[in-house]
Amino acid sequence: MKMDRKTIPIAHEKSGAFEFISTKKDELIGWARKFSLFPYPFVTACCAMEFMAVSGTPYDTDRFGAALPRFSPRQSDLLMVVGTITHKQAPILLKVWEQMCEPKWVLAFGACATSGGFYQNYAALPGIDKIIPVDVYVPGCPPRPEMVIDGIMQLQDKIARQRHPILTKDF
Amino acid sequence: MAGAHPFDRVRPALAPLARETSIAHGVLVFAIEPANLLALVRRLKDEFGFDLFLDVTAVDWLGQTPRFEVVWHFYSTQHKVRVRVKTRVAEADPTVDSLVALYGSARFMERECHEMYGIAFRGNADLRPILLYEGFVGHPLRKDYPKQHEQPLVPYRAAE
Amino acid sequence: MDMKLPNPIRPAFTTPQRDDTVIVNIGPSHPATHGTIQIVTELDGERVVRVDVHCGYLHRGFEKECEDHTWHNLIPYVDRLNYCSGLINDFAYCDAVETLMGVEITRRCKLLRTLLAEYSRVADHLTCVAAALMELGAMTAFLYLVTIRDAIYEHLADLTGARVTYSYGRIGGLARDLPDGWLERLEQILGQFDEFVGRVHGLMDRNRIFIERMRDVGVISTADAINWGYTGPILRSTGVPRDLRKDTPYLAYAELDFDVPVGIKGDNYDRYYVRMREMDESIYMIRQLIDLLRETEGQPICVDDRRCTLPPKQLVYREIESLINHFKLIMEGPRVPAGDCYVAHEAANGELGFYIVSDGSGTPYKVHVRSPSFVHMGGAHRMLEGYQLADIVPTFGSINMIGGECDR
Repeated sequence: MKMDRKTIPIAHEKSGAFEFISTKKDELIGWARKFSLFPYPFVTACCAMEFMAVSGTPYDTDRFGAALPRFSPRQSDLLMVVGTITHKQAPILLKVWEQMCEPKWVLAFGACATSGGFYQNYAALPGIDKIIPVDVYVPGCPPRPEMVIDGIMQLQDKIARQRHPILTKDF
Repeated sequence: MAGAHPFDRVRPALAPLARETSIAHGVLVFAIEPANLLALVRRLKDEFGFDLFLDVTAVDWLGQTPRFEVVWHFYSTQHKVRVRVKTRVAEADPTVDSLVALYGSARFMERECHEMYGIAFRGNADLRPILLYEGFVGHPLRKDYPKQHEQPLVPYRAAE
Repeated sequence: MDMKLPNPIRPAFTTPQRDDTVIVNIGPSHPATHGTIQIVTELDGERVVRVDVHCGYLHRGFEKECEDHTWHNLIPYVDRLNYCSGLINDFAYCDAVETLMGVEITRRCKLLRTLLAEYSRVADHLTCVAAALMELGAMTAFLYLVTIRDAIYEHLADLTGARVTYSYGRIGGLARDLPDGWLERLEQILGQFDEFVGRVHGLMDRNRIFIERMRDVGVISTADAINWGYTGPILRSTGVPRDLRKDTPYLAYAELDFDVPVGIKGDNYDRYYVRMREMDESIYMIRQLIDLLRETEGQPICVDDRRCTLPPKQLVYREIESLINHFKLIMEGPRVPAGDCYVAHEAANGELGFYIVSDGSGTPYKVHVRSPSFVHMGGAHRMLEGYQLADIVPTFGSINMIGGECDR
């Protein structure tokens, strides 16, 4: 079958110049966004100890621009779910996530946020991805600060590769 | 040790209020009828100086009657010894007296015992769930509550 | 999403008492409510009139998990109770099971457990003070304390393999003995500790702003504290020297020389200072224990009792008796005679008690934790009512509520 322009589905025509500017814009915005993450530390349990350690001086997330926590969901863009989320806490987590504005990312910090950890019972939510979408999972009980930094760097790569529409849905 | 042990005074004085007394691993244990609880605890607190109420919990002896065993622990900051008080209540009417009038700390601990086992505390007006949430049905620490029976408050998303 | 999210709690009051008061909800996701606590307050301007404290947002079903695992398999769960000082929980639990089994630990194990318990207590107090100071804006003090705490974590990772949740205690002993050079590094860290904490003392103790915010705020009297079940540094800050390490000595505390610091008024400043002084006392105890430990060099760390201690691997691979012993201990768990027992240790927050009930098998029938933080939350309203909204932050920080312990 001959592939011609009528059989390839295209939403609407875009010129090569538009594509070039659009990808360059995405790279620029991606670079800016990945180096200025404002985490909302949704801290519940033991992983908080490693969160404090990774924010402290020996490991320092400030080098990545991700140190300044914003305790209002309106002002933050990275929801770090640190620790076990129980069924009692789930509505609160969902409410905070919904209140955050786009663009937003979610980092599941620790085994409990990833899958419920070893609390497989009536009380613990078996992983936050049951209620909100997650971008990066950092396993560990609790994860070493180096693993958290690796998670943040992977998130930064993800942000750099993403599209960042700022004016319309295509640009 | 030199001098009398505090248990030497407490045990004979309160033994009439109990079915049996014993000393287990350094703790004086009174096994009582539920009706004698307030009288015993009042005397423990006022006469013998057991001023710190440590804990109240229950044990579910599924298959036995009476089914539930409610266990209280007290500590005396003067004499530095502990006392355990135990009683049995039936599944049909698991009610015991509340200690909120004597100890403020009983409030939260009785709430937890109530939601986990279903023990009703007569006299505690506030038996709202404390560790569990509104809408949770059942008493999870009972032996017939399956461990993995979840009652999610937020419905799970569809898998992507 | 349009769906209305359910409210997991039922507050004690939903309508204000008067026309000019307002009800404000603080938490459970809030920077100052360490972990997750919800405080529903009724405010008259800035003054707190009534408070309803809700915990339970971290209830992870520890006691239900206990009924499904062997006595040994619970040690990681027990670690995560007061996760700031994981080793104290390990040892208190192991002590409870050992008491019910009638197992006596070796001298070297006793000394090492005491040293590690004090080391963990230092880490816990560092975390509490660091978080409390950060809430007040003293970021530098937080960074100093977290730096020294990180050194402690790395050092404990050399010994146990993990930084925060160690799972190092075993029934009848410990997982392994000290590696070479561990005690020398410990002495280095104690020196660094004095330096860092000295700086924090210099920044905070006579700081006008700190004193204004902490002195006479969150006051509780001794009678009130005992009525509401307070133990640990909070009770000691009211002026009574009640400490289980002195009153009912366990482990090696009877042989050590240490003081029990007490406060004067039972306010936030006293709680801060009691914790700082307790850290000094813990360091002093650790120094004594280092000398005592050096004398027991080469002695066994686990008691030679086949009911609970795993046989050495060389024997497991060669002898059928050791193989079966190992198999039964892992698969069925150590058999603990039927009965119940309550053992309490002085944890960083107060009396941490384990009430265990055994039916004679290798799996617990019931394990109940008497957690200090939970009981303290019951009386927290006594320290919050009557003060200002901004005082909730330092008062709450000075109570050191640890979610894992409070909600279990």
